[in-house]
Amino acid sequence: MKLFNFHKNTFKHGIHPPEFKDDTKDLPIRQFSFAPVYILPLSQHIGQPAELVVREGQEVARGQLLAKANGYMSVPLHAPVSGIIQKIKPVPTVGGKMSEGIYLEAFPYSGQEVAEGTPIHYDADKSDILQGIQQAGIVGLGGAAFPTHVKLKVPEDKTCDVLLLNGVECEPFLTTDHRVMLEQAEDIFMGIRYLLKATGANECIIGIEANKKNAAKHLESLLPEDLPISVKVVPVKYPQGAEKMLITSVLDIEVPSGGLPIDVGVVVVNVATTAEIGRLLPRGQGIQERVVTITGPGVKKKGNYLIPIGTPLRFVLEEVGVSNDISEVYLGGPMMGVSVSNLDIPIVKGTSGIVVFTKNEVKVNDRVFACIKCGSCVDACPISLNPSKMGLLAKAESYDQMAEDCNLMDCFECGSCSYVCPSNIPLVQRFRIAKSIVRKRKAKIHA
Amino acid sequence: MLSKTLHISTSPHLTKGVTTDVIMKNVVYALLPAALFSVYVFGISALLTIGMSVASCVFTEHLLCKVTNKDTTIDDYSATITGLLLGLTLPPIFPLWMTMVGGVIAIGLGKFLFGGLGYNVFNPALVGRAVLQAAFPVAITTWYPALLDNRFTSVPSSLFTVPLLQPVFDGSSGATPLSAFKFDHVAVETSDLFLGFVGGSTGETSVVFILLGGIYLIYKGMMNWRIPLSILSSAFIFSGILYMIQPEVYPTPWFTLCSGGLMLGAMFMATDMVGSPITSLGVCIYGCFIGILVVVIRIWGGLPEGVMYAILLANALSPQIDRWIQPKVYGTSKSKKS
Repeated sequence: MKLFNFHKNTFKHGIHPPEFKDDTKDLPIRQFSFAPVYILPLSQHIGQPAELVVREGQEVARGQLLAKANGYMSVPLHAPVSGIIQKIKPVPTVGGKMSEGIYLEAFPYSGQEVAEGTPIHYDADKSDILQGIQQAGIVGLGGAAFPTHVKLKVPEDKTCDVLLLNGVECEPFLTTDHRVMLEQAEDIFMGIRYLLKATGANECIIGIEANKKNAAKHLESLLPEDLPISVKVVPVKYPQGAEKMLITSVLDIEVPSGGLPIDVGVVVVNVATTAEIGRLLPRGQGIQERVVTITGPGVKKKGNYLIPIGTPLRFVLEEVGVSNDISEVYLGGPMMGVSVSNLDIPIVKGTSGIVVFTKNEVKVNDRVFACIKCGSCVDACPISLNPSKMGLLAKAESYDQMAEDCNLMDCFECGSCSYVCPSNIPLVQRFRIAKSIVRKRKAKIHA
Repeated sequence: MLSKTLHISTSPHLTKGVTTDVIMKNVVYALLPAALFSVYVFGISALLTIGMSVASCVFTEHLLCKVTNKDTTIDDYSATITGLLLGLTLPPIFPLWMTMVGGVIAIGLGKFLFGGLGYNVFNPALVGRAVLQAAFPVAITTWYPALLDNRFTSVPSSLFTVPLLQPVFDGSSGATPLSAFKFDHVAVETSDLFLGFVGGSTGETSVVFILLGGIYLIYKGMMNWRIPLSILSSAFIFSGILYMIQPEVYPTPWFTLCSGGLMLGAMFMATDMVGSPITSLGVCIYGCFIGILVVVIRIWGGLPEGVMYAILLANALSPQIDRWIQPKVYGTSKSKKS
């Protein structure tokens, strides 16, 4: 027994950026208009790109398989709309790179109904459920786009005690998970049935930040009596949506450095992903759309929209209207999202938000001062690294020392250090570079 | 529509917005009450001393940047702070040319030689003062009484001593409470010390105004409160123990806290972010080291005051503290699953 329990339902350190969620948190999810042409990269997930099963000129129905999973670390791709395959050629993606993909021209007058396939019941075999999740093309909708079935597969020598649902949504501006929890409770609970069976967990906890108390109350009031689910409200703090941070907040356990949540008997799944599983598997369908928050000072019709996957960003912005002085567009939230150089990229499965900044918000004063060792970054780092020291080492290009002495590889790039740094030192940016160099060097050694 | 070029940056796309120059500017604001009060107590001589100190620090920084072909860094206000701090630690009777030498040394030797802001090991103002103490031991320990009637009309002639000549101090120079206690065993009322109506360095005297500035910075989140707290509490406890053992020999702990440069040092010099450790535990060790060392030097050392040396030694120790005490990385301890 612990003599003192200092556990305060949260992890150490972290930051409190302004939330900016008021604009969209009360707006119900609305169906977005259909675009004339869809852009569908075959790789919308971490892992092998999906493998094409259609040809140019072929007519496809909404929900039809376009590309099948190419191995274990891959998920299939389904048609987001009924239409005709216009072209099969590389498409632009968010990083600026081209990636193998499909242009799908939508039939303008199609009803866009989705045919139901072979349903999978939540009492089915573990492996059938995992396969069903893979076949539905489901990846983590929180933004990482990691194939969900891979995450749910508990290794032989480990057991999953707790299924932890991530309803934290700690990124400023984003409200998709909030709306999903308010509007799709039944889908979430159905999803939990599948997930409990798939992981073998005997308990499910839904972790929600205190700025979404209405969602927590709503879910609590609807809890099915036959399921071991509880809702836990945790204090608002960034980056609590990171798996390991959420585990510490809810369960007061630390995941070992370099380890995975399953090492402490936990599997973490995002609530929107869970809702999608609960909606698609009983119907035997694949994922065709997702909820996206479109917001930011540069957007006219802010809101939470159900957008078909593959909708071009340009079409989205034209539909919602943007002000004349837009300056930056981010996919994802402003803390970890990616700024976009090209508007002819599509909404993909991992796109949780579109944030548009005008010239006013974009930082003009980016003069970099020397590190004054103020310690703000040390007090901000959720995993207690020493970003100040690592920043100096990175500047000196001592990447190996960063990895060996400073636990560089534990950094999950939340950006808290850069957020607080008074000297504007691009800390997390340096760590990203350092991590990729260290990874390359290691690969070389092992090759 | 939507054909314009977009700005690209890497995440995070938000920042807290408190930049280094803003922090430094606020430190300047926080020092102003103590500086203005010293002008009230010591008159024009304090104004001249502080003004000369700030001017020589800022000018030296600007000149060195020009000479080395760098963009000038005087707009980050760190040189202004150094100047203010140095001025506040000098006696109001100190010859101006010596003050200027101190300013040049503080910036040149204490800061620029190490690479400028962020790279200096020692607090530049204290480096300047330490050199002055070594070079001009008489001048820097010749004090001037507070609240003289003619303090706004006449200036002690020693201020205008011609460079390289020995200053001549007039008859009104006096002792500080600390030296009075150390050498003559005369104790000054703690309330006078607290309010600052005593002789001493220009800005070290008023505990109230230094505290006000410090509290302002702590409130703004621009100062690590652990540093002054650990310095003051360790000095208080240590001198309290000594006082309890032999009250007739040792000063009261309140006297220790309120006299000399302890308050200014604890609030504004030891808290210099560059010279102090980076972790919370590290700054507490650093603070206790200073607090205890101040009492040791004051009681057993040859000088009545020990704050400057204590902080300089702690500055030297701080990189080592940072090496010993690293934050405990998440997930590296044995899982505390229970």
